[in-house]
Amino acid sequence: MSINLEHISKSYGKVEAVKNISFKVNPGELFGLIGPDGAGKTTLFRILTTLLIADEGKANVTGFDVVKDYKNIRKSVGYMPGKFSLYQDLTVEENLTFFATIFGTTIEENYELIKEIYVQIEPFKKRRAGKLSGGMKQKLALCCALIHKPKVLFLDEPTTGVDPVSRKEFWEMLKRLQQKGITILVSTPYMDEAALCDRIALIQDGEILEIDTPANIVKHFPKTIYNIGSKDMYELLQKLKEFEHTYSMYPFGEFVHYTDKRDNFNPTELRQYLEKNGLQNITIEKTKATIEDTFMELAK
Amino acid sequence: MMQNNNVIHVKELTKKFGDFTAVDAITFDVKKGEIFGFLGANGAGKTTAIKMLIGISNPTSGEADVAGFNVFTNTEDVKKNIGYMSQKFALYDDLSVKENITFFGGIYGLSRKRIKEKSNALIEELGLEKIANHLVGSLPLGWKQKIAFSVALLHDPKIVFLDEPTGGVDPITRRQFWEMIYKASHEGTTIFVTTHYMDEAEYCDRVSIMVNGKIEALDTPKRLKEQFNAKSMNDVFLKLARG
Amino acid sequence: MKRFIGFIKKEFYHIFRDKRSLFILFGMPIAQILLFGFAITNEINNVDIAILDHSKDVTTKEIIHKISASNYFSIHQFLEKESDIESVFKKGKVKAVLNFEKDFSKNLIKENHSTIQVITDATDPNTANTISNYVNAILQSYLKEQNKNSTMAYQIRPQTRMVYNPELKSVYMFVPGVMTIILMLVSAMMTSISITREKELGTMEILLVSPLKPFQVIIGKVFPYIFLSIINAIVIIVLSIFIFKMPVQGSLFLLGIESVIFIITSLALGILISTISATQQTAMMISLMGLMLPVILLSGFIFPVSSMPVPLQVISNVIPAKWFIIIVKGIMLKGVGLQFLWKETLILLGMTVFFIGLSIKKYKIRLE
Repeated sequence: MSINLEHISKSYGKVEAVKNISFKVNPGELFGLIGPDGAGKTTLFRILTTLLIADEGKANVTGFDVVKDYKNIRKSVGYMPGKFSLYQDLTVEENLTFFATIFGTTIEENYELIKEIYVQIEPFKKRRAGKLSGGMKQKLALCCALIHKPKVLFLDEPTTGVDPVSRKEFWEMLKRLQQKGITILVSTPYMDEAALCDRIALIQDGEILEIDTPANIVKHFPKTIYNIGSKDMYELLQKLKEFEHTYSMYPFGEFVHYTDKRDNFNPTELRQYLEKNGLQNITIEKTKATIEDTFMELAK
Repeated sequence: MMQNNNVIHVKELTKKFGDFTAVDAITFDVKKGEIFGFLGANGAGKTTAIKMLIGISNPTSGEADVAGFNVFTNTEDVKKNIGYMSQKFALYDDLSVKENITFFGGIYGLSRKRIKEKSNALIEELGLEKIANHLVGSLPLGWKQKIAFSVALLHDPKIVFLDEPTGGVDPITRRQFWEMIYKASHEGTTIFVTTHYMDEAEYCDRVSIMVNGKIEALDTPKRLKEQFNAKSMNDVFLKLARG
Repeated sequence: MKRFIGFIKKEFYHIFRDKRSLFILFGMPIAQILLFGFAITNEINNVDIAILDHSKDVTTKEIIHKISASNYFSIHQFLEKESDIESVFKKGKVKAVLNFEKDFSKNLIKENHSTIQVITDATDPNTANTISNYVNAILQSYLKEQNKNSTMAYQIRPQTRMVYNPELKSVYMFVPGVMTIILMLVSAMMTSISITREKELGTMEILLVSPLKPFQVIIGKVFPYIFLSIINAIVIIVLSIFIFKMPVQGSLFLLGIESVIFIITSLALGILISTISATQQTAMMISLMGLMLPVILLSGFIFPVSSMPVPLQVISNVIPAKWFIIIVKGIMLKGVGLQFLWKETLILLGMTVFFIGLSIKKYKIRLE
């Protein structure tokens, strides 16, 4: 096991940040912790990177205990905290050199690993890190976390606040790193990114809702979801809310994801109800559940 | 100055920092009650543009009217007629929910009676009775953002600017937040919103996408998808911003 | 070792790229020394005084001549009677009046002492005090000359002790204090700020999750400031020697060693502050309130410790700066060596060891 958590709990004063969490991450796996802010993701990361001690439970990273063998873990993992944590007043090159030096290596020695990412920021290597755009900072931070060739990479919300283009690129980079044999634990509040992981843990309020492959998680969704569209979104939401058979209804892009309380749901009935209430251009179609649907169903 | 029912009118608005043109002659109008999505990659110039529209940064050239007032010459009138909420700062963590409402009502010059009415209505609507005297810092992020949005609406502004209001918020609360946006829009308030969630872009009436300081696309989500032959706004965004 | 050097290199980048900290580092010592040297000075120059001489004999003539010959005073007026004193003060023309008693020479020879009344305008107490000190000094030196030629020593008890600063240059008194403050500030405040900055930025997390040992991080953070503090100490000493012509009586080498000990104490304090503050702002506030004020108020820099209420005197003993000021004054002004300062040095060393121990113990290898 690359990462192994057993019944980990951690409180700050009265607030229980993480409640009895257990999971395993296999070597070479890209494992996602999916959940909103305040779900306990960062606390888990800090416990695993030996920055915090759990109140209860045990955890191993690359076979080392996070409390007793913290020194060995610190040598063999790469960590990218949620906040952009590089020296803004150092240039791209200086940051990278610095992190290489403190890990007792050089840029040249591990250049192969970071090459693909580094070439994208190399044109700006004399620029101070503080002056980089969001996506560039992200890439630099990843390079710095990789420079000592870690066995396990911890990425705490690497794509938060980053635009979709940079996010997509970032995930492509992670996939390539995974192919090089690095185990990756990544957290994100963006549900659409979950599909890019091998396995995911859905987490909310310090508890794990479910752990599985993205495909399985979606498969487990208990109901049939219908995409309902109309010209007036606000009215549609109001009317669906008032509809007596509504089980759940959430806006999803241009549609509303609707599930019915009954098993023998008849779309025509709903259409008639909506038309009667003055809605126009109504479309009702079956659709597949997404991870976000599952998350909301589990978190309810 | 304000013909028809445009509440935001922007023409050739430009902002330069030295040699660097952060916002490059953008032109657009936003109609009353519209939900206007203002998208763009990091560093595309969104934040700079918003700062000009809410009157905290002076344009280098071009014109912009917000709520019927010129942002350059009538900044104070603009500020009275808009609400603003950002992901970075929304409410004071060390004040209670009620204190925050009172404070923000106060700075917009609402009478004490009116603040009380509004505050009670808001607390009831959001179901905050139990936590009205809790410090905002102790609440979950989703709650904070919902309260912050209501507070931004406190003085009945014509337009509300929302800068990534739902970043990091859980999916259920995010949708509740959007329902609040729909409601406000339904009641005639114009919503000007930025987001990194592309599914949220689909909730907007119209969407503009900024690339390198310019607005490269502006239309309804549906027509944008047709125009770029894309399945979702995410694809539209990727096609535009990559190119 | 390579890691360590890499770390220190990074620290220097930070320092040299931050204009503010550079200013504090190098602008402040110079500004402070000049400020204390020129502006906040106790020296007086050409102060207008009046003289009421009831004797008008040889001795008074000589004394008056000596006073007017000094640059400190210029005689504005000679008064005729006691009642003139009040009126001349009221007009605000003079800061002091010297009142020689009747038969001044006679008394001095016959009874071995005579009286001169120094009346000063105490609306400016500081100047008033200084004036009387200066007059006293001039009288002393006059008596010294007289006593050389006479077998009988005239006895006039000096009211102020100025033996170690015969020229009455107040800047000499300030230099040790200013040096102490600056070393304290640079060492403690700058290190605590630079450590908390890493916490605030989140880079401390990465440093902790690296194979760097905690003490390497700490030493790496403080090392540049040891170096810079020593440079600062040198700048201060050079400034005081060349601009204020201050003599350094004792061993420069000893002064250097003592300064290094004090710098290390301050650095340990800085580390300690950084362990209890989460932000740069708090670190700065604690440094200013917790270190600067006691140094200024209780170390004997401005207010003599001996004139403080007893409880404050007791408290002043735990302030490292107090001992360092004694040491610096001893070396610079009195020219004494370790044989006289071993006690203070030992106390300072003890404090250094204590604070280093405490800060290492307090330093966390994890986040809270």
